[in-house]
Amino acid sequence: MSDDVILRMENMVKTFPGVVANAGINLEVRRGEIHCLLGENGAGKTVLMSTLYGLYHADAGSIIYKGQPVQIRSPKDAIRQRIGMVHQHFMLVPTLTVAENLILGQYRYWQRLSQMERAKAEIRRLGEEFGLRIDPDAVVGRLSVGEQQRVEILKALYHGIDLLILDEPTAVLTPQETSQLLGFLRELADKGLTIIFITHKLEEVMQVSDRVTVLRDGKDVATLNTAETSPRELARLMVGRDVLMEMPERQGEPGEVVLAVQDLCVENERGLRVVDGVSFEVREREIVGIAGVAGNGQSELALALAGLMPIHSGEVRLNGQVLREWTPRQVSQLGLAHVPEDRHGMAIILPFSVSNNFVIHSFGDEPFSRHGFLNFSRIREYAQRLVREYDVRLVSVDDPISSLSGGNQQKVVVARELNREPRLLLVNQPTRGIDIGATEFVRQRILAQRDRGSAVLLISTELEEIFHLSDRILVMYEGKIVGEVPPDRSLLDKIGLMMAGHRAEA
Amino acid sequence: MSDSRSDILALAEERKALSVEAPASGLRRRWQVLLWSTLGPIAAILAAFVVSGLMLLVAGFDPLFAFATLLRGAFGDLRVISEVLLQATPLMLIGVGLAVAFRSNIWNIGAEGQFYAGAVLSTIAGIYLGMLPAVVLVPLVLVLGFVGGALWGVLAGWFKVRFGASEIVTTIMLNYVAIIGTGYLVTGPMIEQAGTYPQTAKVAEAARLYRFLPPTRLHIGFLLALVFAVIVYVLLFKTSTGYAIRAAGHNQTAARYAGIDVERTVLLAMGISGGAAGLAGAIQVSGLTFRLYQQISPGYGFTGIAVALLAGNHPLGVILSALLFGALRSGSEVMQISAKIPSVLVFVVQGLVILSVVSYGVYQMKLFGRLRVAKEG
Ligand SMILES: Nc1ncnc2c1ncn2[C@@H]1O[C@H](COP(=O)(O)OP(=O)(O)OP(=O)(O)O)[C@@H](O)[C@H]1O
Ligand SMILES: [Mg+2]
Repeated sequence: MSDDVILRMENMVKTFPGVVANAGINLEVRRGEIHCLLGENGAGKTVLMSTLYGLYHADAGSIIYKGQPVQIRSPKDAIRQRIGMVHQHFMLVPTLTVAENLILGQYRYWQRLSQMERAKAEIRRLGEEFGLRIDPDAVVGRLSVGEQQRVEILKALYHGIDLLILDEPTAVLTPQETSQLLGFLRELADKGLTIIFITHKLEEVMQVSDRVTVLRDGKDVATLNTAETSPRELARLMVGRDVLMEMPERQGEPGEVVLAVQDLCVENERGLRVVDGVSFEVREREIVGIAGVAGNGQSELALALAGLMPIHSGEVRLNGQVLREWTPRQVSQLGLAHVPEDRHGMAIILPFSVSNNFVIHSFGDEPFSRHGFLNFSRIREYAQRLVREYDVRLVSVDDPISSLSGGNQQKVVVARELNREPRLLLVNQPTRGIDIGATEFVRQRILAQRDRGSAVLLISTELEEIFHLSDRILVMYEGKIVGEVPPDRSLLDKIGLMMAGHRAEA
Repeated sequence: MSDSRSDILALAEERKALSVEAPASGLRRRWQVLLWSTLGPIAAILAAFVVSGLMLLVAGFDPLFAFATLLRGAFGDLRVISEVLLQATPLMLIGVGLAVAFRSNIWNIGAEGQFYAGAVLSTIAGIYLGMLPAVVLVPLVLVLGFVGGALWGVLAGWFKVRFGASEIVTTIMLNYVAIIGTGYLVTGPMIEQAGTYPQTAKVAEAARLYRFLPPTRLHIGFLLALVFAVIVYVLLFKTSTGYAIRAAGHNQTAARYAGIDVERTVLLAMGISGGAAGLAGAIQVSGLTFRLYQQISPGYGFTGIAVALLAGNHPLGVILSALLFGALRSGSEVMQISAKIPSVLVFVVQGLVILSVVSYGVYQMKLFGRLRVAKEG
């Protein structure tokens, strides 16, 4: 029995100033299994795996890998031990090509040329073998998120590995991409690769894993065979209570029109029409959900509404005001709050402190600034209040936001935007990367915002989320709105068809 | 070309990734960081001395004597020290300005040209407005210097904002324009009355800076540079304008999203960094040379880049790194003359000192994350 244990981490301890991220974690992973790591935001999953990958150095504990105690001091050591990792936030260089990214930092200058050819051939071979087709000469920054994910996985596989760690790989994927990825992981595991998989989505755990280890507050609370457990039990282990996903009934009826979009067209930088004649309205006290497979124009629609992408033609009316060339500042003065989908790229400034990130829109206004000077104590108080309200787990609001776990960074963004008392709340993938408890909380806050009279436009690739929150659902396909449906679960199949491009029969 | 550029970008990404780690909170940790960040550079300088000493030995010189003259040339007596401070003055101003540009992620390589632009404007005022009293003329000369440099900088910023032209290219080209333009002025329209040398006449007495420590040449320009560094520090870290500049520098997309006018911050950062270099030019003319000539800057604008980077683009850090560079510059001049060390070897010594301090900086970054991260406020 014990010789099919490939990895044993014993009593792992890792502290940061003021926090114990891992407080003595034991983890045992068997050869060829898919082992899920589950836990709330800040439970210590990323830190544990980063330690295994040599990015952090444990304060105490031992790692026994393939029967030998090992010291992993850097990712290079990890690669030498045939361990690969796909990070929660991508670590690719967007300006380089796929092949260049693969060999980056691995070889001497004079070896790069020859390695480049090998890399390209290998990318094609892996692509063939696993159906992960990707152009080795494509520039990474131009790829979709799903494709970038594949590059990350290819990068890990390229070095030849026996153990693959994936930190929330599905958080940024569409349901289609997710099921593709899960199928692919199963295939890898059947070929003998061992996989450690971090996720917040219990269905994925149930679907793909052989065993699960649940972490809570930096400790392992249980390791279970997936076949012998249930989502409910896992949720209880994770959060320490039952998570009820029942949502309150809506109070009151929709009111005046807040956002009116008429024949909106948006073109991307290559001149392609990515939003193509879209018309809809969002009223006070109403949540309109936009469903669709990622990449069908939802992102661009959101950016255009937020003033971050030029409107090609058509009319957008916010609070009755028509604006053609509006800036983010103007839209936000008209009462728009926006939770963007790209957390690291747009929503936060990583090296800035948590408190500075809370005032990203309002640092120049009273009371956070006076006569041009920042009022740090006011900013800090404000941040501390929201941190308490949203249960953001951190040591100090003065620490850089980059020291927060991914889900806690997202909570900061959501708290900041919801707290602006917007007329129109534009939320794009609001619960991406946050744990089930916090997801429930954030969803309730969005509903509460609606009941306080805001108009809410919700964009999500998770149908689950759309159904939970929306009062009306619009389906987008290839830049057009192909139909509207009520949030009735019996219509799930119909929506699925519409998302795949079948028009709603009138 | 494109390959080396992508290498640089890769490196920049790597730096970013590093900067993201490990906040320095906790009192004990702060002290640790402080200790390392003071002892570290000193150790680095000593290491550089050992290595370059060996090289001097191999080349047949007495390293101890050479370093003794270097130190004497940097700290020997009041006169020598004052020369160090004078050398440090333009570097400090330029370095502080560049720190602002670099922090907003703008690669201003044009401080040299901006220095000249400032020097030209202030010389014109200093010569032709000589009838004004000193209380008016001195401030006017300084302000014009700042304005000249700022305009030169904003021009490059405008090219970037309006046409998307890389500021690296435009600022370098504007360097040539300013330097050659100065050459034209001092050999043609503005050449001194006697006309023997390619230089302008001296600026009026009333345009000259007060020398507060006679018999040394130390003038109030040095104090102005210190004050300027503090002002820029406050601007960057304590004001909403500074917040916008830093935000746009770290993440332009997020800055746009936050409603910050990114174009404005580009122009502003170029204006401040150009203005600082222009002010350095004005101070050089009105405090030291009293006239303009083609070689008035021995490359201050380029050394300033190293000064800013060594200081991690922190305005207060720039004060120290400018002093280090100033000391190296004047110390090695003396080393060259009194210890008869060939200038090539002198450059090697200088280079090694800078290199080892910089590498210590990188090492320290890996150890603690950037100190700055904690200070981002
Ligand atoms: N570099 C760091 N500096 C300081 N604290 C850190 C650092 N990295 C993580 N932490 C802290 O360690 C704890 C565990 O973080 P970790 O990233 O492992 O959480 P996680 O389980 O991956 O959460 P999530 O699901 O949100 O990604 C958190 O409290 C976090 O704030
Ligand atoms: Mg994590």
